[in-house]
Amino acid sequence: MRTIFSIMTDAVAYGMVLFIISIGLSIMMGLMRVVNLAHGAFAMIGGYLASYAIRDLHVHYSVAILMAVIGTIIVSIPFEILLYRRIYRKSDPLIQVLMTIGITFFIIGIVNFIFGPSLKSIPLPQTLSGPLDIGFRMLPTHRIFVIACGVVTALALWLLIEKTEFGIKLRASVDHSGMADALGIRTEIIYAVTFALAIGLGAFGGVVGAEILPIEPFYALRYMVTFLVVVSVGGAGSILGALSASLLLGLADTTGKYLAPEFGDFFFYLSVIVIVFLFPHGLFGRSHA
Amino acid sequence: MNKGAQSILALAILGLMTGTASADVIKVGVIGTFSGPYALFGKNFKMGIDAWVAQNGNKVGNHTVEFVYKDEEGPNPAKSKALAQELLVKDKVQYLAGIYFTPNALAVAPLLEESKTPLIVMNAATSAIVEKSPYIVRTSFTMWQNTVPAAKVAFKNGAKKVAIAVSDYGPGIDAEAAFKKTFEGEGGAVVEAVRIPLATTDFSPIMQRIKDSGADTIFTFLPSGPPTLGFVKAYLDNGLKAGGVKLMSTGDVVTEPDLPNIGDPGIGILSTYHYSVSHDSKENAAFLAELKKGGASLDEVTMTSVAAYDGARLIYKMIEATDGKRDPAKAVDAVKDMKWISPRGPVSIDPATRHIRQNVYVRSVAKVDGKLINKEEQTFADQPDWALSTK
Repeated sequence: MRTIFSIMTDAVAYGMVLFIISIGLSIMMGLMRVVNLAHGAFAMIGGYLASYAIRDLHVHYSVAILMAVIGTIIVSIPFEILLYRRIYRKSDPLIQVLMTIGITFFIIGIVNFIFGPSLKSIPLPQTLSGPLDIGFRMLPTHRIFVIACGVVTALALWLLIEKTEFGIKLRASVDHSGMADALGIRTEIIYAVTFALAIGLGAFGGVVGAEILPIEPFYALRYMVTFLVVVSVGGAGSILGALSASLLLGLADTTGKYLAPEFGDFFFYLSVIVIVFLFPHGLFGRSHA
Repeated sequence: MNKGAQSILALAILGLMTGTASADVIKVGVIGTFSGPYALFGKNFKMGIDAWVAQNGNKVGNHTVEFVYKDEEGPNPAKSKALAQELLVKDKVQYLAGIYFTPNALAVAPLLEESKTPLIVMNAATSAIVEKSPYIVRTSFTMWQNTVPAAKVAFKNGAKKVAIAVSDYGPGIDAEAAFKKTFEGEGGAVVEAVRIPLATTDFSPIMQRIKDSGADTIFTFLPSGPPTLGFVKAYLDNGLKAGGVKLMSTGDVVTEPDLPNIGDPGIGILSTYHYSVSHDSKENAAFLAELKKGGASLDEVTMTSVAAYDGARLIYKMIEATDGKRDPAKAVDAVKDMKWISPRGPVSIDPATRHIRQNVYVRSVAKVDGKLINKEEQTFADQPDWALSTK
């Protein structure tokens, strides 16, 4: 029983990291129909900025998270204006894939040049480091923090999309952008804001998840498939979908690692195959036919 | 490669060799990880070689020595083989050196006899590599060499039940076998043996598994780089250290550049290794001073710089012995039984295995003058590769 609880807590922590990073990608795919392969690259930029802020500017962890999120959004603005804006909603998937993978390699090269090829740690503040006794086992305090961040992110996004005026406009633009335009909704602004939101979430996930997915220049490529898998299993654009996919895949991966570590990612991908076979549009996805 | 292409390559190389004998520049091709997650170790190859050249000049007799560097990136045997071919055919190198990963070294080995080129392995640590060609000499270490003392120390420190966790590739499997054999030979029990895929970054489930096995000590090996830090942090943060489970490892897991990231909770972690940056000797002090003069940061020094420094010494000796001619048998014979004082301590080349014999130190992570170091506490003198030699 203790073992089951232990695996569950590790699974939830890993799942939440996947969720925070992937939800931004999911939103972009669901709303703007852009398969942003460079999403992981932006998450990585967030991680690098946080690492730099803490290690060289000696700011507090919370300030560093803020700086990383805002910094990454600022970095992403030229990409949005010059490149992404042209491919929202309409373009050929091949062009999207080529463009965003190009951006990924570009960012990897630049990051490698500026920060060097070695792994960058993001030092945790005293309150978040070290083990914490949660009754049936010791758990890294940081994992609890990650789980909390995931829950807060999910709730905040749900409120934003379901309960605010911005959310209403956003959903209108998604369902029928032409009609939304005709009714006076500035869809290009909605898209720009959503892009910033998606990138910001990616950066946030990159920073808080750095203990589990360490920050190094090839981060952007190494975890690209994992993030894409979460989105396709959950269904593009669905918060609930991304959340349940993250938790399910986190559980499959963690259980697999515990019971049969020599199988590597086998159980992760096995569960992906099964889920996608049963739900071709993802758990909570809608067909965009 | 088919037979026809092979003989063409052999002919091409033969043709080139007659060309190089008269030339007065002797080229040495160094294959190392100069980009990607393991770039620090390739950089250390270059730092070590540069230090040797700075101290000894770039001339041996009237031959000028030139080092040509190529990037092996990661564990990618096909790429390393292509790089070695390029160095042999295009750059006409007379010696090959470097190589961080075992699979890459194994891919290069078949080219050596055909092209009559000695290879000085400066890292790759699977025992079997030196058996793949009579022209391979190794100046780094092997897993057996460092692990056998680790198992002895663990047993002496009172470990009864050990969990082994290693990376699932050549050196990891060597480390597992070496520890298991030695530790069980001493009378201990191995209660768990986990092989971790190389790409793993989240070690929490593995720590949980080890905890459930009831082990009192963990022995681990992972290749130095991003995974090692994650492993040590998972060990500390999942409460294993607080719960009294000891961590024993080879030094790969606690390289000096990683210690600041592990932080104070890491104090007391035991490891066995052939080189510590803090090794107290005048040779090491001179070596570090030379690295610093060459522009290197002392926070970045790892074991690969020493292996490269000593490797360059062997290459100079080989060039001297062959007077710049391509004669691999004579070159390798010249360094067999060579003895010298390296920055890591007294070392020699074992004539039977062409692998380096050296001291293996038992170290524990300690804080000295506000800096975390691997403090040497005990010495196992003159250790061979225990997989290839028995004494």
